[in-house]
Amino acid sequence: MPSSSPTRLRRALPRVRVTRRRVTAGAVVLVVLVGLVGWAVWPAPVTYRVEDRMIQVKTGPAGDRSVTLDTRLYVPKAADAAHPVPAVLLAHGFGGTKLDSASDAEALASRGYEVLAWTAEGFGRSTGQIHLDSPDWEVKDAKDLVDWLARRPEVSKDGPADPRVAVVGGSYGGGLSLLLAAYDQRVDAIVPSITWNDLARSFLPDAGGGGPATGVFKKQWAGLFFGSGGSGGSGGTLGAAAGGALGGGTGAGAGVSGSAQCGRFAVDVCQAYLSMATTGRPTAQALDLLRRSSPASVIDRIKAPTLLIQGEADSLFPLSEADANAKGIAANGTPVRVAWFTGGHDGGQGPQSDQDRTRFLTAQWLDYYLARKGPKPGTSFTYSRITGIDASGDGLVAAGFDVADYPGTTGAGQAQVPVAGPAQQIANPPNGTPAAVSSLAGVGGALGAASGVTLEVPGQHADFYSEPLSRATDVTGAPTIQVEAASPTGEAVLFVKLYDIDANGQATLPNGLVAPVRLTGLPTSIDGATPVTVTLPAIVRRFEQGHRLRITVATSDQAYSTPATPTVYTVAVRGPVTLPSAPGTPIQTPSVIWRYVLAGLVVVLVIAVGAAVIVGRRRLRRRVKTEEGYVQTPLVVRGLRKEYADGFVAVSKVDFVVARNTVVGLLGPNGAGKTTTLRVLMGLTYPTAGDVLVFGQPLKPGAPVLSRVGALVEGPGFLPHLSGYANLQLYWKATGRPADEARFDEALDIAGLGDAVYRKVKTYSHGMKQRLAIAQAMLGLPELLVLDEPTDGLDPPQIAEMRRVLRRYATDGRAVLVSSHLLAEVEQTCTDVVVMHKGQIVAAGPVADIVGDSPTVQLDVSDVDLAGEVLGKLGVVRSVASSGANGLVVDLDGTPRAEVVAALVNAGIGVDRVVPRRRLEDAFLALVGGDTKASGER
Amino acid sequence: MTVIESYRPTRTFTFATEFRRQASRRRTQLALGFMVVLPLIILIAFELPSSDNRGNGGRRGSFSSLVDLATAGGLNFALFTVFVSASFLLIVVVALFHGDTVASEASWGSLRYLLAIPVPRGRLLGVKLAVSLAYSALAMVLLLATALAAGTARYGWHPLRSTIAGDIPSGDALLRLLGIMGYLAVSLLVVAGLAFLLSVTTDAPLGAVGGAVLLQILSSILDQITALGAIRSFLPSHFAEAWLGLLSTPIQTDNLVRGCISGLAYGAVFFGLAWWRFLRKDVVS
Repeated sequence: MPSSSPTRLRRALPRVRVTRRRVTAGAVVLVVLVGLVGWAVWPAPVTYRVEDRMIQVKTGPAGDRSVTLDTRLYVPKAADAAHPVPAVLLAHGFGGTKLDSASDAEALASRGYEVLAWTAEGFGRSTGQIHLDSPDWEVKDAKDLVDWLARRPEVSKDGPADPRVAVVGGSYGGGLSLLLAAYDQRVDAIVPSITWNDLARSFLPDAGGGGPATGVFKKQWAGLFFGSGGSGGSGGTLGAAAGGALGGGTGAGAGVSGSAQCGRFAVDVCQAYLSMATTGRPTAQALDLLRRSSPASVIDRIKAPTLLIQGEADSLFPLSEADANAKGIAANGTPVRVAWFTGGHDGGQGPQSDQDRTRFLTAQWLDYYLARKGPKPGTSFTYSRITGIDASGDGLVAAGFDVADYPGTTGAGQAQVPVAGPAQQIANPPNGTPAAVSSLAGVGGALGAASGVTLEVPGQHADFYSEPLSRATDVTGAPTIQVEAASPTGEAVLFVKLYDIDANGQATLPNGLVAPVRLTGLPTSIDGATPVTVTLPAIVRRFEQGHRLRITVATSDQAYSTPATPTVYTVAVRGPVTLPSAPGTPIQTPSVIWRYVLAGLVVVLVIAVGAAVIVGRRRLRRRVKTEEGYVQTPLVVRGLRKEYADGFVAVSKVDFVVARNTVVGLLGPNGAGKTTTLRVLMGLTYPTAGDVLVFGQPLKPGAPVLSRVGALVEGPGFLPHLSGYANLQLYWKATGRPADEARFDEALDIAGLGDAVYRKVKTYSHGMKQRLAIAQAMLGLPELLVLDEPTDGLDPPQIAEMRRVLRRYATDGRAVLVSSHLLAEVEQTCTDVVVMHKGQIVAAGPVADIVGDSPTVQLDVSDVDLAGEVLGKLGVVRSVASSGANGLVVDLDGTPRAEVVAALVNAGIGVDRVVPRRRLEDAFLALVGGDTKASGER
Repeated sequence: MTVIESYRPTRTFTFATEFRRQASRRRTQLALGFMVVLPLIILIAFELPSSDNRGNGGRRGSFSSLVDLATAGGLNFALFTVFVSASFLLIVVVALFHGDTVASEASWGSLRYLLAIPVPRGRLLGVKLAVSLAYSALAMVLLLATALAAGTARYGWHPLRSTIAGDIPSGDALLRLLGIMGYLAVSLLVVAGLAFLLSVTTDAPLGAVGGAVLLQILSSILDQITALGAIRSFLPSHFAEAWLGLLSTPIQTDNLVRGCISGLAYGAVFFGLAWWRFLRKDVVS
């Protein structure tokens, strides 16, 4: 039966029926999902409160100058005088404010520390001037803050006016933490990161071993520092560039302003910078000022256990600064631990694995030395190496390593790789322009570390290559090389770099780090030159097999001040490059756990699939209990009921039997429940109640006994792109039975498609498909043939032929069940009939009994009233009922029709038509009669 | 005699039968054919004289070098072909093979005749799934093999060049390429499972295929919204590009592993639901 388009649409869409079970299941799934997601993103409850206040401190060389510091205090809610907690002073980077390290502060406060963050004097809303962590100013400020903490009742104390306190900070804040620990013995632990040991050396380095007095001025970084502090309001540039290491800038404090030239810098600092930046050489005062701001000057006083965290991508405070701090502090017998990570002033915070590691180390350090809980931290040295670009994001990936003893930048072991090349002449450009580019201060991470964009100016550099490496070589520490140079002026500023050259000649300068050297007393000819050992910047890198090393000696670098006079130097390198290494054990990242999860998942899935297959197979093999009484009966339907989930009852109660050698017609109007009954019978739908026995076996979806049934239900179903013949072949293949059982020839005879059977099914008419479907149902001559509306789409001769076929089929013990809504078809085809209406059986029995001449006859006469009288007088009829204007339905009760017609004609009544009625039709009309609604519309 | 002697439930509807049935379909032939044609189209496109000046402007990012290096050798060409196919083409192909398989039978009406043979429902699904998986795998193998063959014939057999890991020797690179295909296959199980689930739920093949692709697109869009934070890890497409980790040295396995977990877990859930649904379903189409 053709379905209307809304019906088709409804079928095309997934059917969603709301039942209590589904609502419950859906709700459970929803709750679990929401719970999981919520758990994943739910913020941890805040366990501290935040207090902002301005604190006035007395500072200056005489301690008589008032400075107001902008502070923020994080107080754990659980802390009070009865339950005091240790405190942490959290210092920010240059150009930043107390808000920079808010996330670190919150993390520490959540761990139960009282955290005091403040804006250093000269920055943000704090008053005062920038003295570069001067012991007379910033360090005194911090001492006053320690006093202030000592007065807080909820801070635990080691003695009167001695709070239990640690100092944590990066860069400018890191320098302060070291200096404060040296000047104030009340400090119990410090965690300085990416900071300096000697500020003079940091800004005036000389990798040839010379002191800062003759160092090469690091003008780019110095200028960036001065710029970010000078105006008091432009700190954002530096803060953003250094990835938070120096701190993000905020606007200038209200009402705080400095001079146009020095901004908020103290005059002595300002003068020192101005003279250095002008000449490229430091004055004695400048050196003295920088020295006083350096932990190097007081390193022997530091007794607080120190965790030093230094960045590998840091052209401002390289790894060697932390190395100097570590050695100096360890010399006092103070516990020191060193960790290198892949970020820094150029590289930011580094990948997540690095941040996790440094955070863990910090927490462990503070827990033990400050809160006196947890295991004692080891003194092992940890470092990480960039191993590539994160494929999923745009960050870098680093691998961590653990070395039992800190080897320093000279490494635990050393490898020598020879580099060679003739002595070369290189030009020093006037005023340092054009200059080579190795790193850009603050943004070097993006340029230097990741993509390795470096620029050498032709004619201004000399290259010395090694042979391709025979095996991968790991470098952890500062390589060294001997350089010889000659200069007509007797002096030269050179930049020595170690490049990694891959097989394609692509050159990478690890982290964009260079070693500046100022050589003096040089001969004019290279022959008389004495080799100078140059310590290259400390790096952590693997030089892959097949790569070459290249030592480049250049005359200019845009990050440094170089002599303004144009000169031509002659340079050569002597001997091998010494490559330090520090083999360590890899640190497992927490993500290793996912490998075990994956393995577990695979095992679970394999077991589950295996179990499902075994259970499925066993179920197939399970013997079904046969009802012996019905073994010879093709079909028994008992108390069948089908109720859909939406409550619609398609079949309420159906019982019938199909015996061998019969053609049973299932008769009923559209929607009487015929097709639903057949669907259950084919194992397509699950019955709500009752059962179906085929040859005594209960029929469930997929029951093996279905192999004895052939079916055409709800129209043909073929693969449209294949020929009818191919469709039948494939269908039979799918049964898995031998081809000779199929009886293709007989089936094709019945289909009667001729050569059309080799055409594609999509070219078939409806009738052709119908015939092919009947042929498919008959393949293998099944003992029970079930046909749903088989004559649908067939023309009259074909219908007649089909009747003969079906009658012939129901021999040799076979049986046929035909459903139809056409009376005539059932009458003429079937031996037995079952009439359905509104999902119920209303009549059943042999056609001979039910169909056949009925005692009633319909008469169309010229005068209905008169005819009624005549027939009434005749006395032979049982009842007369009028039907329509000219019609009469007469129960003849055995009287021959001829007699009645004769009587009417004799009475002068014209008889137009005499139609004998049949019992089935009567029954059908009586039952279905005026009610033409289908069962589906009840 | 209670059943036909020659009938065995485990012999019905064999893999070979279903493979032949699907092979006869135009959509199968077209999809597989396209896998062979696509690398050739790309190859021809690379051969056409380029009109734009090959400056370095515009595209940035380290992995865009896959495009620049595509003509460096057969391996690079194959890698490029996989790179451009992975994000959408393979998803559509896998969704097609899995979404169409049961739904199309339902729409033709042939599903009920298969079930009336009777083919046990679990077996029907199992064979359907196995054949769909086989065709999906075949499509991926064809794509890779054609790209490798065409690329090698045109550009020669050279180590795999990449700017992030240096050169990878040919043998190692071939293994990595196979590893990439393997990872893609696992991560595509999400699409396969979803399409298969939709396929047994509806009898509109287009709905099943389109639905699976749409949800995958939705997942990719949500994945772009970084504000979602940790939720994004639960998105089925979150680890779709983790295979790029196989190109770095050393190989980055963290996201590969998590991507495999995601693919297998989602696949298992979707396939499980498909079975649960189909075994209990009233087939009314």
